[in-house]
Amino acid sequence: MAKEYDIIIVGGGPAGLTAAIYSARARLKTLIIEKAVPGGQIATTGLVENYPGFPDGVMGGELSQLMADQAKKFDTETISAEVLSLEVRDNERVIHTSEGDYSAKAVILAGGADPTKLGIPGENEFTGKGVSYCATCDGPFFINKVVAVIGGGDSAVDEGMFLTRFASKVIVIHRRDQLRATKIIQERAFANPKMEFIWDTVVEAIEGNEVVQRLQLKNVKTQERRTLEVGGVFVYVGLRPNTDFLKSILALSPDGHILVNEQMETAIPGIFAAGDIRVNAARQAVSAAGDGATAALAAEKYLSQVGH
Amino acid sequence: MSKPIAVDDKTFDDTVLKAEVPVLVDFWAPWCGPCRMVAPIVDELAEEYSGRANFAKVNTDENPGITSQYKILSIPTLIVFNGGQPASQVVGYRPKSELKKILDAALAKQRHA
Repeated sequence: MAKEYDIIIVGGGPAGLTAAIYSARARLKTLIIEKAVPGGQIATTGLVENYPGFPDGVMGGELSQLMADQAKKFDTETISAEVLSLEVRDNERVIHTSEGDYSAKAVILAGGADPTKLGIPGENEFTGKGVSYCATCDGPFFINKVVAVIGGGDSAVDEGMFLTRFASKVIVIHRRDQLRATKIIQERAFANPKMEFIWDTVVEAIEGNEVVQRLQLKNVKTQERRTLEVGGVFVYVGLRPNTDFLKSILALSPDGHILVNEQMETAIPGIFAAGDIRVNAARQAVSAAGDGATAALAAEKYLSQVGH
Repeated sequence: MSKPIAVDDKTFDDTVLKAEVPVLVDFWAPWCGPCRMVAPIVDELAEEYSGRANFAKVNTDENPGITSQYKILSIPTLIVFNGGQPASQVVGYRPKSELKKILDAALAKQRHA
């Protein structure tokens, strides 16, 4: 028998934790299923300067811990499990996990996204040996080394700036001729003497001997190829939503995001999606939190209609 | 109650390499977010595999010797040592089921040895 709840929230990042705060305060029996510990992507982010209410910024790890504490305060239950599949049975939504089955009338999918890989030779081979997706985790291993950061968005540039605390030089490699990052982040990056930029360029291969030693680059405009010696490479080329287990059940966008309306409702009644997992998300901690609140309120309304 | 043992550059050889059972070593540091996600799973595994496998933790900040010897450039990194040799290695957060698989593989090999 599946353990029963009013609302099950899959994922414990800002979207899931905010949804949990709202639904627990509505006195709905709420379960969060999280594959690791609550926090999400924000937990591994350095200083967060754009979350309102923290004028001096707040460390990502601290912000996620505060959100988790707040959800816990209102009697949210959390389990650590891998979600295997979602099954729709009349009014029941059953979630099969590595730790057993759980059912509820309403489910909020807030499982977020994981870093996209480059998909080039050497990437998997050297993961943990100089290829990294987490500057705050691995930066201190690259003291006085030259490192490359792949990407041109906020994460790439911000984490690149973080790496200048350790590395002798940080080279941002971007496939376009300008950054996508927020203007204030760009201004700081261009003013930092340790930051360098290689434009219009993609990485074709990561090479080394036991650890990363060099990158094979190609300029996409001139087609010119060259080798760049580096001690490490940090990959920030976007995020892939964690929706593999939903493919056969829900309508997804071509890149795998869940289709929702303004109430965060999916095509299936009683199933909602919030945060980076849904289509057209702003991919910010604060917008994910907003999504979580919207989804929880819509779920509460749905439950009152079906009579929970 | 079995808990992971903190090992350092000095105790690593005796505790990990000379152990008679497989040893899962968790390379971590206090400033690493995902390390905090892995730690409770390693604690649970230490309970479940009590007597069959040992569990150790290396703080990479305090132990540059072992950290560079095993070329650790990302944390968390988990290495299962069997008979003094690294038998398998995983980087980053991994579900418990996957960690059990590599531990079980090391235990199976040990029985055949």
